[in-house]
Amino acid sequence: MSGRSNEAPETGPFYPRDRLWHPPALTPAYKTTVLRSPQRAPISFSNTMSEMTGPVFGPNIIGELDNDLIHNFAKPGESAQGPRIIVHGRVLDERGRPVPGVLIEFWQANAAGRYRHKKDGYLAPLDPNFGGCGRALSGEDGSYAFRTIKPGAYPWPNGVNDWRPAHIHFAIFGSGFAQRLITQMYFEGDPLIKLDPMTGGLSDRRAVEQLIAPLDMARTIPMDATAYKFDIVLRGRRSTMFENRLEGN
Amino acid sequence: MPQALDTLKETPSQTAGPYVHIGLMPNFVGIHGAHAEDLGGRMLNDKAKGQRIAIEGHVFDGTGEPLRDCVIEIWQADAAGLYPSPSETRGTADPNFAGWGRAAADPQSGLYRFETIKPGRVPFPDGRLQGPHVSLWIVARGINLGLNTRMYFSDEAEANAADPILLRIEHRTRVPTLIGTRTGDSYRFDIHLQGPDETVFFDI
Ligand SMILES: [Fe+2]
Repeated sequence: MSGRSNEAPETGPFYPRDRLWHPPALTPAYKTTVLRSPQRAPISFSNTMSEMTGPVFGPNIIGELDNDLIHNFAKPGESAQGPRIIVHGRVLDERGRPVPGVLIEFWQANAAGRYRHKKDGYLAPLDPNFGGCGRALSGEDGSYAFRTIKPGAYPWPNGVNDWRPAHIHFAIFGSGFAQRLITQMYFEGDPLIKLDPMTGGLSDRRAVEQLIAPLDMARTIPMDATAYKFDIVLRGRRSTMFENRLEGN
Repeated sequence: MPQALDTLKETPSQTAGPYVHIGLMPNFVGIHGAHAEDLGGRMLNDKAKGQRIAIEGHVFDGTGEPLRDCVIEIWQADAAGLYPSPSETRGTADPNFAGWGRAAADPQSGLYRFETIKPGRVPFPDGRLQGPHVSLWIVARGINLGLNTRMYFSDEAEANAADPILLRIEHRTRVPTLIGTRTGDSYRFDIHLQGPDETVFFDI
């Protein structure tokens, strides 16, 4: 199933989530949060099996073109329009250890900033050869990579003139349900980032920087595609004998 | 200066946004061909053990309007209380039951629905049994960090009364926000993001 049969599975509880590192539920500059943010404190409890376990996906669910958004929706012989890029990185935990076998799903607007979704009414054109979704499974060293086109920035109805910086959405599974995470990757040098109410919800500038992928010339393909590096850090879990202590002992 | 700790910070969360379906359930929004089928749509096959049930409801915002653009994932034990996970050390879970499901709110009505089985009981770390429950994770536009909650079962009053997590809730009037209400083989579980009936969410 997980491809790690020679390794004992980790079974310990996760480190508590540093909720101050994440955006708070209510970030009024992002108006939709006003009516969708819980107002009472979340209740904390020690992880049980329900939080420490999570679904596992094997390589059998990954199709040949799942990590190639340039071609996975294109007609035969055609390809999506826009600047060709490679996005790559590693999935690590808070201890810096690679997390293998993690399913990563990603979605994005096309090069013009338009999503293939009926709720998106932006006047920019759809690309008939671009669907905008893909997925990958992290390898033994936690690495993943996919090929796509660089998404365009787009306006959104929040303020009268708000624009989202170019970004790719990521949804990541870990080894436990408590690690489940959705985030967005931004691109180095984008001047829209500092105007963005969504990254603006992060109180620590270093947290914003953690979401910005640098141009990575070492991974570009000459005359073909540039590359951006985006490492993902999931919650770490206790795993040594000293740390696995039954509650109350 | 002491040595630096070799720890990293978790990647910060960002909202799933309004187009989350493209990534999580592309076929649901008419993007066909990229993935043969949307993940999490079928949780079991005919051979799965346990009582067939449905779980359905709405997620309401602070005005009482249902969210029509949210995606919900559930994770639960099989009928024997085992999880299909490499971290499960107590036995082997039913191979015909996935334990995990994913559903979008209906774009018109906002109703979400899962067809699953009723889970068995799972122990708390100290050995006490928890009431049967399903873990939920809710993401949507306007939700900055995915919301975790649990559904317990209205026909398990005795198990619920002994559940270590339900017992931890100081404001007892909030406990019913975590109980799905049974009608036949279906459980109704509405989630309120705000207001007097705000659902208990967990920091897990
Ligand atoms: Fe977006």
